[in-house]
Amino acid sequence: MERTGIFSAACLAFRRDLLLAFRHWGQVAQPLVFFAIVATLFPLALGPQLAELREIAGGTLWVAALLASLLGVELLFRADHADGTLEQMMISGQPLAMLVLAKGFAHWTVCGLPLVLLAPLVAAGLGAPPAANCTVMLSLALGTGILSALGAIGSALTLGLRRGSLLLGLLVLPLAMPALIFGARAIDLAIHGDSARGPLLLLSAMLVLCVTLAPPAAAAALRISAE
Amino acid sequence: MNWTWFHKLASPPHAYRIAARLLPWFGWPAGALIAAGLYGGLVLAPADYQQGDAFRIVYVHAPSAWLSMFVYATMAVAAAIGLVWRIKLAHAVAAASAPIGASFTFLALATGAIWGKPMWGTWWVWDARLTSELILLFLYTGVMALRASIDDRDRADRAAAVLALVGVVNLPIIHYSVYWWNTLHQPATLTKIGKPSMAGDMLWPLLVMMLGFTLYYAAILLIRLRAEILRRERDAGWLTTELAR
Repeated sequence: MERTGIFSAACLAFRRDLLLAFRHWGQVAQPLVFFAIVATLFPLALGPQLAELREIAGGTLWVAALLASLLGVELLFRADHADGTLEQMMISGQPLAMLVLAKGFAHWTVCGLPLVLLAPLVAAGLGAPPAANCTVMLSLALGTGILSALGAIGSALTLGLRRGSLLLGLLVLPLAMPALIFGARAIDLAIHGDSARGPLLLLSAMLVLCVTLAPPAAAAALRISAE
Repeated sequence: MNWTWFHKLASPPHAYRIAARLLPWFGWPAGALIAAGLYGGLVLAPADYQQGDAFRIVYVHAPSAWLSMFVYATMAVAAAIGLVWRIKLAHAVAAASAPIGASFTFLALATGAIWGKPMWGTWWVWDARLTSELILLFLYTGVMALRASIDDRDRADRAAAVLALVGVVNLPIIHYSVYWWNTLHQPATLTKIGKPSMAGDMLWPLLVMMLGFTLYYAAILLIRLRAEILRRERDAGWLTTELAR
């Protein structure tokens, strides 16, 4: 019998997840709406002066993105766990870490990427100048990738637990704090017209670290959770 | 060389007995060292020329901060051993360590706040050390919460172990990012918090206290480990005979 190669297996997992996401479009849109709503809370809580909002725009965008991706990543393995697909993946003989990476990438495509595209709109609402848009999108693109990777570990660890979503936040948010620091800093620098190169490079390094180390960790966590 | 004694360590009955036998060897020196360190720090050491007597809280603060990190490292090593070699006793050590580490972290934060009030005029500043200590406390609570939420003991052990290992990879990143964030946002007025070079008669009580606290941790760990073994092995036959002795 011919064996499917690692990459074609990963591509199949990626395509399957994308297809499932497009069939349930409502679920994909929810984190996006949540992102917009959380970002709206800040002006309401702090006052509508754009000059003041501009000062906290980076932090606001990042906190909103952090919470929204936490909401989305919870669903990463849940359906597959419920209908047995996850077990099939484990006994398929393919490296689970690779499949997790594919699933994570698919999740980022439907959950992180729209958020990145929506971000300039929200940033404009918070008084960020159009010149900062490029940095806003880049910083959130790197950041949502990191959050998807960290979230995959948390999601795998809390799979099938009661009150798992609350626990997921407890586990993932402290780990995501370094990304928050540099991501918000990058946007802040860009809004003030400075070069955001340094924090963006650090974010990229973190993304590389997360993408290489998180899939094996998430795979190990999945094996523990699915026993 | 005969290694059976080493393998025996991993069996709960042996560990239970050995922990009891080792306990006085850690407990009493810990008590003596802490007493000597406190006397040296609170009575013998001269008052600081800038901070007066307020600096003396360092004799509790610094050892707690040291142990908050040391215990996390111990927990992560135990978790890795438990995960790789599937030694249940290692998981018991990790489970027993987490609350101790969280307590030391809390103690370090509390004493830091108490120290900060007279020195900086405020209970809390977003200083790099304080902030990374706070995140460390969150990591401890995450590990403890995950363990508490899973009913199946084996799964709880291994899930908490994975999280502890992920946390230990992340700790240096958190530490340095917080440090960098802090130097960017804070005015440089608080540099005094950094470790000042200490005079000898101030330094030795601190080192004694650190050693004393570490031995104290070992003693508490042995007690908690015994309790943990009791809890895990409550249905085991050896325990009935052991307790009947």
